[in-house]
Amino acid sequence: MNLTLKIWRQKGPKDKGKIVDYKVNDISEHMSFLEMMDVLNEQLINSGEDPVAFDHDCREGICGSCSMFINGRAHGPAEGTTTCQLHMRSFSDGDTIYIEPFRANAFPVIKDLVVDRSAFERIQQAGGYISVNTSGNTQDANAIPIPKEDADMAMDAATCIGCGACVATCKNASAMLFVGAKISQYALLPQGRVEAEKRAKNMVAQMDAEGFGNCTNTGACEVECPKGISLSNIARMNREFLTANLKK
Amino acid sequence: MSFESKTPEGPLKDQWTNHKNNINLVNPANKRNIDVIVVGTGLAGGSASATLAELGYNVKSFCYQDSPRRAHSIAAQGGINAAKNYQGDGDSTYRLFYDTIKGGDYRSRESNVYRLAEVSANIIDQCVAQGVPFAREYGGLLDNRSFGGVLVSRTFYAKGQTGQQLLLGAYSAMNRQIARGKIEMFNRHEMLDVVLVDGKARGIIARNLVTGEIEKHSAHAVVIASGGYGNVYFLSTNAMGSNATAAWKTHKRGAYFANPCFTQIHPTCIPRSGEYQSKLTLMSESLRNDGRIWVPKKKEDVAAIRAGKLKPTQISEEDRDYYLERRYPAFGNLVPRDVASRAAKERCDAGYGVNATGEAVYLDFSSAIERYGKEQAQINGEPNASKERVLELGKKVVEAKYGNLFEMYEKIVDQNPYETPMMIYPAVHYTMGGIWVDYNLMTSIPGCYAIGEANFSDHGANRLGASALMQGLADGYFVLPYTIGDYLSNDIRTGKISTDLPEFEAAEKEVRERLEFFVNNKGTHSVDYYHKKLGKIMWDKCGMARNAEGLKEAMQEIKELREDFWKNVSVPGSMDELNPELEKAGRVADFLELGELFARDALEREESCGGHFREEYQTEEGEALRDDQKYTYVAAWEYTGNPMESILHKENLEFKEVELKTRSYK
Repeated sequence: MNLTLKIWRQKGPKDKGKIVDYKVNDISEHMSFLEMMDVLNEQLINSGEDPVAFDHDCREGICGSCSMFINGRAHGPAEGTTTCQLHMRSFSDGDTIYIEPFRANAFPVIKDLVVDRSAFERIQQAGGYISVNTSGNTQDANAIPIPKEDADMAMDAATCIGCGACVATCKNASAMLFVGAKISQYALLPQGRVEAEKRAKNMVAQMDAEGFGNCTNTGACEVECPKGISLSNIARMNREFLTANLKK
Repeated sequence: MSFESKTPEGPLKDQWTNHKNNINLVNPANKRNIDVIVVGTGLAGGSASATLAELGYNVKSFCYQDSPRRAHSIAAQGGINAAKNYQGDGDSTYRLFYDTIKGGDYRSRESNVYRLAEVSANIIDQCVAQGVPFAREYGGLLDNRSFGGVLVSRTFYAKGQTGQQLLLGAYSAMNRQIARGKIEMFNRHEMLDVVLVDGKARGIIARNLVTGEIEKHSAHAVVIASGGYGNVYFLSTNAMGSNATAAWKTHKRGAYFANPCFTQIHPTCIPRSGEYQSKLTLMSESLRNDGRIWVPKKKEDVAAIRAGKLKPTQISEEDRDYYLERRYPAFGNLVPRDVASRAAKERCDAGYGVNATGEAVYLDFSSAIERYGKEQAQINGEPNASKERVLELGKKVVEAKYGNLFEMYEKIVDQNPYETPMMIYPAVHYTMGGIWVDYNLMTSIPGCYAIGEANFSDHGANRLGASALMQGLADGYFVLPYTIGDYLSNDIRTGKISTDLPEFEAAEKEVRERLEFFVNNKGTHSVDYYHKKLGKIMWDKCGMARNAEGLKEAMQEIKELREDFWKNVSVPGSMDELNPELEKAGRVADFLELGELFARDALEREESCGGHFREEYQTEEGEALRDDQKYTYVAAWEYTGNPMESILHKENLEFKEVELKTRSYK
């Protein structure tokens, strides 16, 4: 298929960006979206132009690096799919595709489609862990039985790949789905329960400090999340946060 | 340079304990004055950084990704082995040790492997304490499954995302130390050289990938945890950015590189679909617990399938060749990876491949769906359930076990694996070879360590499934943090290492000149052009089967390609900005040297063992034929300025505990 691409180009963090048009031809429907971008970049390099910078690494939908806003949707049109797992069979010959970076105040653009998501790092450093040393001298792994339902729910929350699609999608650029998932994973397990309230307070404080917006229960984040992280994680986060504040 | 394995004396089972009791320690007050650099933040690097920081060292961690948690360990699917014997099926430290030695085709060091098996149980305890949500049974205890090459269930897992969960665990431990200021984290940084002062590793040169700035970082020891070199094949299951530059630069500064030809070709990957293919995707080995691998028995069925006239579900049982079950009745579909890969290649080479390229076999879940469905109907009290109902129940069980893998397959191939068998084919996945290390995990450069996939130590000529995660975390949590103290105990009075030393200046200058060359060369071909060409040579001549003639050709072709690269490569953009093409150029330049050493190593080893299959050395039944008289050694290569002229050092492997046998899975 032949396509017209309208891509956000921005030289550096301080430069002004703009949409630039490109054409790519003979794209196979079996290609992944990023392989289509590889074709474009090879074309640009061969004609002496600067290729489009974009984040990507595992190309298996698990590392959370890729982060494109495609036709107005985080990770594009397919549900439950990262950009790297999106395939060109989702598009048709003659389509025009808009490709932009994930946009949020807390995610400044570094170059073209690459954004700085280090705010997520700082939120996790504020409490996204269980304070246990890695000495190995803990108790036996089976010492505390954990109901399968709890373990499964913790696993569902822990599936988050930290890509930031929730933030990019939210009209308030809220990071609550991400933070809610991290807080939930630990709060649901006996090992993480011990520090659950302190963790919620600290992580939420850092989230606010980074300039993410608040949740107004639209639920777009849940729809666009490539890993299907549930909105109920935000409710759980709020509960932990409220309890923590009521106690003090 | 030191080249002694430093294996402790005494009986195997006491070696690690005795060693820990006898090595030198650094007191907590002195640890505060000692800096350690860790390059790479996967399971090995992440766990090592966290543990070293907890112990009190000042750690500087580097990764090329924008977050440590994006390292490619995150993509590991199936599980992690540990000799817990929770299933009561006869597992033990010894059995895990034995399986690993045998699985590696008797080309690994007994002492290291025994230690790995010994600490494996601690890993699971540790990860549970950290909040890793492993799969559990209804009683609340941990669940296990089986992987290839073993007869027990010792694999712990978190759906098909075990690597992700373990890495997030190590990353959370890192975050705790980053928050305390004990780890200084350098994201989007790439190590481009190691700096030696008075023969000891004392720092690195790294490039800030956002600003392009070239930075000098000093430390009292350097730990390389940068993963394997599978991307030398261009197409592999590695991440796009996975590279060998840190390891190769360390090699060029004096670290021996061991067994480069030991590469794992994983049997169950999604077949390639076209020339544009940028990477290959693994389908977890855990699928072989329930999936049955087959090709049609009749050539006419193969032709009809390729022409789209016949569907695999239309082929009757008696016309299917379940070739693994046929050839290896004892282990069936759960033979080790090297054996399963070669068997797939054998069928496809014989003309039984089931897709347009002729390079695919079926992985079929229909028997499992039926079996689980019947079991579930029984549990539900529906003994007379209809066939549809049984299948419906069975699909639910399979979905709970492998749902995310099935989804991933469907997204890529656009076929529903619950209804029609998956198509799979072997792909490059893991490299057993790597930087040579002694028992302490120190390379032949004093003060430079290598852990995880970056070293060569534990898997011999073939790694068993679910053992990479085990080794990465064992090295990082439980081995390196102790052994490194023995070396650093001599550094308590050294004080801060200055980055103004001439050795740092010289290394920085070299790095800068190389980058300048790339951006100024204005050649005619992109970096990918060369990478793909290299990959093709490697796959065709150093792939699943190798022979002397092909390997000689490969060496010559790689040398010519490298010369062409240095003349005609084109890198757009500048040095002082985010420039992914420039990053790739440096990595491919190193692969172009590594590939040649790889071929040379494969040529030198005139036997077949594990993942290294030399066509000249096979049994009448097509099985690997080892030569224990001549090749029971680790090939450790010393760099001398040109891969062709590298010097081969041999570390003889002594087997005191295990008797060398022909590996049989029949």
